[in-house]
Amino acid sequence: MAEATHEAFDPLATGSRRRQIRAKATVYGLLLFFALLYLSPLFIIVMNTFRPLEEIVREGFISVPGLLSSQYWLEAWSGFCLGGTCEGVSPYFTNTLLMTVPATILSTAFGVVNGYALSKWRFKYDTWVFGLITLGVFLPAQMTLLPWAFVLGKLGLANTIGGLVLVHTVQGVSFTTLFCRNYFVAVPDDLIKAARIDGAGFWRIFRRIILPLSPPILIVCVIWQFTGIWNEFLYGTVLTSGTNQPITSAIVAFSGSGTGQRHYNVEAAAVIFAALPPLFIYLIGGKYFVRGLTSGAVK
Amino acid sequence: MSSLQIKNLRKSYGSVEVLKDINLEAESGEFVALVGPSGCGKSTLLSIIAGLESVTSGEVLIEDVVVNDAAPKDRDIAMVFQSYALYPTMTVRQNMTFGMECRNIDKATQNETIKRVADLLQIEPLLNRKPGQLSGGQRQRVAMGRALVRDPKLFLFDEPLSNLDAKLRVEMRSEIKKLHQNVGRTTVYVTHDQIEAMTLATRIAVMYQGVLQQYDTPKAIYETPANVFVAGFMGSPNMNFFDAKIVAQSDQLGVVIDGGDGAVLPLPSDRHSTLADGQSVTFGVRPEHFSPAHDRRAERKGGVSVVVPVHVDMDEPTGAETILMVQIAGQDATIVCEPDGAPNPGQDMDFEIDMQKISLFDPESGVRL
Repeated sequence: MAEATHEAFDPLATGSRRRQIRAKATVYGLLLFFALLYLSPLFIIVMNTFRPLEEIVREGFISVPGLLSSQYWLEAWSGFCLGGTCEGVSPYFTNTLLMTVPATILSTAFGVVNGYALSKWRFKYDTWVFGLITLGVFLPAQMTLLPWAFVLGKLGLANTIGGLVLVHTVQGVSFTTLFCRNYFVAVPDDLIKAARIDGAGFWRIFRRIILPLSPPILIVCVIWQFTGIWNEFLYGTVLTSGTNQPITSAIVAFSGSGTGQRHYNVEAAAVIFAALPPLFIYLIGGKYFVRGLTSGAVK
Repeated sequence: MSSLQIKNLRKSYGSVEVLKDINLEAESGEFVALVGPSGCGKSTLLSIIAGLESVTSGEVLIEDVVVNDAAPKDRDIAMVFQSYALYPTMTVRQNMTFGMECRNIDKATQNETIKRVADLLQIEPLLNRKPGQLSGGQRQRVAMGRALVRDPKLFLFDEPLSNLDAKLRVEMRSEIKKLHQNVGRTTVYVTHDQIEAMTLATRIAVMYQGVLQQYDTPKAIYETPANVFVAGFMGSPNMNFFDAKIVAQSDQLGVVIDGGDGAVLPLPSDRHSTLADGQSVTFGVRPEHFSPAHDRRAERKGGVSVVVPVHVDMDEPTGAETILMVQIAGQDATIVCEPDGAPNPGQDMDFEIDMQKISLFDPESGVRL
C-alpha cells in the first residue's frame, strides 16, 4: 500500500533532537496557518448565520456573535422571500437535488459503459469516437448555451428540471467516459478473453467482471459529477427561471432582490445550505476520490 | 480423426503478414507444441484457434467443422493464459463456475465438477480464496482448473509456465504432462521454451517469422532438423555450425571444415545421394555429439567417428555436465562433456565427432541436405 511506504521514511525524525523539534514546529506551524487562512471564510459565514442583523450592521461582518440564534437558519430554509415566493431556499434545494441525483447517476452509468466498450471492445476508429466524446471536456459551457436552449425548446423541456438533467447528463458523459476508459485500459485484456471463452457476452462480462472492479472509479465519477452539477450556475441561470431554478441560480436573487436591506445572516445560512451537500459528499468520499484518481492499475 | 486442422492460414495486420500459409493437423488426443522465438506468430495462431482473432484467409477446422466465423464460446475450447487471467473479484470457486454458469449448467452438476477438478489438482483448500491471496503456483493450478471444469474438444495453453520460477516450472511441466495423459484431450501448447516443447509434446511445430518451419515428433525435430533455424533453435546449448566443404576421397565423401588442417571427416555412406565433390555446406554438430577422443564412444556404439583437435577457451560447469567454449579450426564451437576429465581453459585436446548424428545444410537457403 502507498500509505505504508510513506510511513517508512519520516524526514522530520532525523538529525539532532533540536533539529527535529525545529523542523516539526516549522512544518506544523505553516500547516496550521494555512488551514486557518482557508477555513476563515467558512468560519465567518457560519458565525454570521447566528447573529442578529442589527449586530452585524453595528459591529461589522467579522466578529464573534454575542447572542446565538438559530432562527435565521429556519428563515433561510423556509421563510425568506426569494424570487417572488416566500418559502426560503428549500424549494430550490429540492430542485437542485432533483437535478443533481438523476444527472449524476445517468452520466456515471453511461460513462462506465462507454469506457468499458471503448477500452475492451475495440473497433475501427474507436480512438476517434473516444476523441470526439472527450472533446466535450474542453468545450466551454458558454459555447453550448445556445444549442442547448434550442434543443430543449424543441424537446419541450425548456425551463424544466428535466431539461437540466438532460444537459448535465450529456455534458457529464465526456468526463465520466474519459475517467472510466482510462481506468479500464489498465484492466488486463486477458480477463475479457478468458470470459469470452467461458461463454460470457458483452453485458455479462460488464456485470460480473468489470463492475466489481469499478468502485474506485465509480466513486470518482459520482463525486466529480455531483459536486460539478450541484455547483453549476450558468445552465441553471440561462435555461431555467422563476421557481424552476436550481439553488445556485436562485440565491443570486439575494444580491438583486431590491428590498433595500441586505439580510446578511439569512443569506449566510442560505449559502451554507447550498454548499452543504457537495461538502458532505466530499467528506465521505474524498479518501476514495484521491485513491481512485491515482490508482490506475488493477492488480 | 483429426480434431484440429489448419489449412493455408494467413493473417495480416494491415500490410504486415504475421502468419504465412500455415498448414497444421492434430490427431485426437495429441499434444501439439507451437514453439518459436517471440514475434514468430505462435500466440497469434493460438488466438486464431481460440477465435479471439479473425482469419485473413484459410480455414480452421475443429473436429472437421470449419470454425472460422464461430465465436470463442461456440468452439468448445478451454484456454489457460500466460497471465492466468483469473477474475480478481471472484473466489477460486466462482472463477471455476463462471463458465458453467454462462453455459446454464445446473448447480448440482457444477458442484460435482468442481469437486472432481479440485481433487485432481489438489486445490480444494483454496476454493474460497480470491486470486490475490494465492501464490504463483496456486494461481497456475486454478487457471488450469478453470479450463478443466469443461470437457472441451481442445485445450489451449498460452505459455502457461513462463511466470513461474525455475523449480516450480519443472514441477508444473510434469503435472501438465500427467494431466494430459489422464484427460487425453487434444492440446495446443504455445511456448518459447524448447525444453518444454520437447518434454511435453507428441508433435512440435517450430515457427519463425510467421512461417511454419517444421512440424514433426520431438525426436525427428531434434535429430533431423529441416533447416538451420530449427537446428539452432531446438537444443540447448545450440547446435554448432561450421563452414565446410564436401570432398570426394576414394569413392567416399567426407567433410572438410574451412580453416582447419584439411582433415577429412568421412560421411556415413547413406548420406551421399545429394552431395557433390567441392560443394560448400553448413556442417552442424550438436554439442553432446562431441566426446573426448580417448573415450572412443562412437566406436563402442558401432558408429563412425573422427578426431578433431580442439582449443578450449572457457568452461561452464553445470554440475551434471561441463559446457566448453572452444575453437575448432579457428571457428567458435560449444561442446558438452562429462565433468570428470574435462579439459581446463587454455588446454588443447582431441575430441571425436559422432558422424551418424551430424546435419548438413545448404549455406545459401539453410535447408537440410
